[in-house]
Amino acid sequence: MQDINIKITDRNGVTHEIVAPTDMAMNLMEVVRSYELAEEGTIGICGGMAMCASCQCYVKSDNELPEMSDDEDAMLAEAFNVEDNSRLGCQIQMTQEMDGLEVELAPES
Amino acid sequence: MITTDILIIGAGPTGLFTVFEAGLLKLKCHLIDALPQPGGQCSEIYPKKPIYDIPAYPEILAGDLTHKLIEQTKQFKPGFTLGERAEIIDKQEDGTFIVTTNKGTKHHAKIVAIAGGLGSFEPRKPLIPNIADFEDKGVEYIIKEPEFYRDKRVVISGGGDSALDWAIFLSDVASEVTLIHRRNEFRGALDSVEKVQELKDLGKIRLITPAEVKAIIGTDKVIGVAVEKKGEDAFVVDTDHFIPLFGLSPKLGPIANWGLEIEKNAIKVNNALDYQTNIPGIYAIGDVNTYPGKLKLILCGFHEATLMCQSAYKRIFPDKKYVMKYTTVGGVEGFDGTKKESPKAVVKAIN
Repeated sequence: MQDINIKITDRNGVTHEIVAPTDMAMNLMEVVRSYELAEEGTIGICGGMAMCASCQCYVKSDNELPEMSDDEDAMLAEAFNVEDNSRLGCQIQMTQEMDGLEVELAPES
Repeated sequence: MITTDILIIGAGPTGLFTVFEAGLLKLKCHLIDALPQPGGQCSEIYPKKPIYDIPAYPEILAGDLTHKLIEQTKQFKPGFTLGERAEIIDKQEDGTFIVTTNKGTKHHAKIVAIAGGLGSFEPRKPLIPNIADFEDKGVEYIIKEPEFYRDKRVVISGGGDSALDWAIFLSDVASEVTLIHRRNEFRGALDSVEKVQELKDLGKIRLITPAEVKAIIGTDKVIGVAVEKKGEDAFVVDTDHFIPLFGLSPKLGPIANWGLEIEKNAIKVNNALDYQTNIPGIYAIGDVNTYPGKLKLILCGFHEATLMCQSAYKRIFPDKKYVMKYTTVGGVEGFDGTKKESPKAVVKAIN
């Protein structure tokens, strides 16, 4: 198990290069919270159940992402500011495959 | 005016358990919640999801946890003001509080316990530039009275259960129902999806997918909406009402303006003692509070509620002597005349 490097652009447009562990069963939403890149209470509101879209992000890199579940797909169908590269951060697990991931957080809504 | 000892804002698990702990101290509780039913997130967001960290329950569904908590509070006859949001708080000269809801219901209490979780659930508003100008002028985010739409033209947007269910219901009430969704697929109970299909085939619901409402048309009230199908030019759908149904999201809301110390969208409390806020007599418990090391867990909310009630008792009865009693020893005396106690052993010789 190794840490991976990812780039996260926060809601103010600032890009953070951070190191995420792959052995803590963390997802991208939790990484954002652990580094406090978005204000507490504005991200991960449902706790990571793909039920609120507060962790929506735009994926900029071409990492092969985990397949979208029906729950995530349905949530994104109702969320705002959705683009073709939108994903829910809580559904992206920190694995070796995510090394080099670049994402931008969607606006708060 | 509703009067009570402890006014609890938020009827989620922490708020409900407060009723029980207060009841053991013979304090009466009343709960306010913006949602129409008790249970908070557990019943609104994830009733069918399991929770694994409630002590003594290896697994329990959030909805079942709510039911059990309500069952446990019944003996203490809590009052409920549901479907209303706590709006204004006024501290009285005698140290008590009057809390008024958005519908004007007034509550007088000695103690206020904010157990508001992430805040009150408000409808999620779509990002349409001029939508705010038409609120209550043809744009409604919540359907309060279906009869209001009798013989009117209605456009509903959204793809979840509430959009589907209301489209079905209003197809019998309104003169025209149009359902607009960004996708061709709908997320909802299979029955609802099939029913909408059937009503569409009968011509009772007009379905426009995949499409989005981009603008609202009208001057002093809604007369139509501009609809854009992916990759096509926008067109106008004439309508009297536009009802966007995109679910609910929690907002701290008016509580943020009560003069309480707020940090990270949560209320700061004294966790060394009793979870009281910077305003004496107002406590904050459960997910709504913050302190060093805070964890937003239901089980932590239960603990905070228990300590908070002890402090509330001392505040209401500063001179009364009291020690905590175990329910196994003292039993539980309800406000409804019931009494639960452990069976007494008998002393009898055996011949």
